[in-house]
Amino acid sequence: MSRIALYRVLAVAIPAALIEAACRAGWIDRQTLPAPSEMIAGLAAILASGRMNGAILETLKIVLAAFAGSVVIGVAAGAVIHRAPVARRLLEPLLSTWYAVPVYAFYPLFIVMFGLGDRPEMLIGLMLGVVAVIAATLNGLDSVPPVLVKTAQVFRLGPMRTALRVTLPYAAPHLFTGIKLAVAYSFIGVIGAEFIMSQSGLGYEIRYAFDNLDNAVMYPLILLILAVAVAVNATLDAWDRALRARRGATS
Amino acid sequence: MASGPASASAHVRLDGVTRVYSGKGGGVHALGPVDLELRAGEFFAVVGPSGCGKSTLLEMIAGLAPPTEGQVQFEGKAIGGAVPDGVGVVFQENACFPWLTVAENIVFGLKRQSVAGDEVQRRLQYALQLMGLEDFSKAYPAQLSGGMRQRVCIARTLVTQPRLILLDEPFGALDQQTRLLMGDELLRLWRATGATVLLITHALDEAALLADRVAVMSARPGRILEVIETGWDRERDSRIVSDPAFGAVTGRLWSLLRDQSLSALHP
Repeated sequence: MSRIALYRVLAVAIPAALIEAACRAGWIDRQTLPAPSEMIAGLAAILASGRMNGAILETLKIVLAAFAGSVVIGVAAGAVIHRAPVARRLLEPLLSTWYAVPVYAFYPLFIVMFGLGDRPEMLIGLMLGVVAVIAATLNGLDSVPPVLVKTAQVFRLGPMRTALRVTLPYAAPHLFTGIKLAVAYSFIGVIGAEFIMSQSGLGYEIRYAFDNLDNAVMYPLILLILAVAVAVNATLDAWDRALRARRGATS
Repeated sequence: MASGPASASAHVRLDGVTRVYSGKGGGVHALGPVDLELRAGEFFAVVGPSGCGKSTLLEMIAGLAPPTEGQVQFEGKAIGGAVPDGVGVVFQENACFPWLTVAENIVFGLKRQSVAGDEVQRRLQYALQLMGLEDFSKAYPAQLSGGMRQRVCIARTLVTQPRLILLDEPFGALDQQTRLLMGDELLRLWRATGATVLLITHALDEAALLADRVAVMSARPGRILEVIETGWDRERDSRIVSDPAFGAVTGRLWSLLRDQSLSALHP
């Protein structure tokens, strides 16, 4: 293991060990925070019993839908806006201030429109994720050297093929940044919405456990969400690095 | 020494081609009017001072940019708003696709044309061998030197079997020795394909060495001052540089260009 990787593990392990010690010594009240080892054991028990499988699948399904929607709509919209300078000038201030908008303010409206269920939660995730992908697509397309676009013209590619075979592949590292953000935002949006108001899903289960002072469920589920988010992001990071290394430092 | 190619039919024809870039305060007259004929199968070079519109000329012949006035014809047909079939272009900048291997870069243009799989492989192998890239077919452009990337771009153009190859200062970013050797490769390629070649360059020696005819352009707005026949054999290579006739051609080009370059330097 490299030195830096060791430090990274220690950065997590040392605080966890300190909390563990503090819990066991009774300095931290168990009703406030159970020991990390209890959380892990609780999570293992919950996963083994399978009683949360429905909630886990439900949440992952909605997150996946929000993420896929963000990427497909975001890349397509980014590519279209890039080709329409007027639309871009109109939309750019909106895009850059988007994240100042508390998207959850729209959640009640979505519930009124679509009813309590998957769709309002998915929409919140989508609203958070799609703008990151649009911004990343615009950045990426801006970075394409004009000579590659000319090359596409020389090979007589139309606008669609130029986008699919030249400009978007060139922009891929930028797109990847947007895709990673979209994963994070989809999780945040969906679980947040479930937490605020819903009838199922991981966010709902955490909220339910919280309302019932059920630490044996609440903390393991929080741990589960952390683990899933870190695992997904680390996987994407590794893939991103492999792709970038292959392309090297060419411009 | 034999003179240029025997077939004197016009492969490319420019009539009163002018380019004005519109802008605030009336626009910039970049080029023209230019009248020019390229014969089928000849190696034609254009030299001129920097900023004289050489690259603009190439873009209009390629169909990448429309002339403001005048007309460009390729094989008897006027060029509209698109690059005609049968034209290949190699640019000065690195135009390799960084996410594709050398082999994938080279066959890029063949996917649009309906070329059979084994024919694609045959042309790929031929281009790899002609450009000395056999050992690098699975490498990515980032792993190659500038000269090798430019060879990838030439190979990528070559496999589409263009009848007209346009080269926009393709060796501009390379060192002098590499340029001379790439020039030899270009001459071999030109003889092997029988294509008409138009080379844009600012290097007088490169033009004098490679071309059958060299057009000298004026400072902006670029016009053709004179077209010089070099009179080289078709079977020639960079050893021409030690021929006294080479010095004479280069000297003639420089005497035409000197005043133009000065006026480009001190407008």
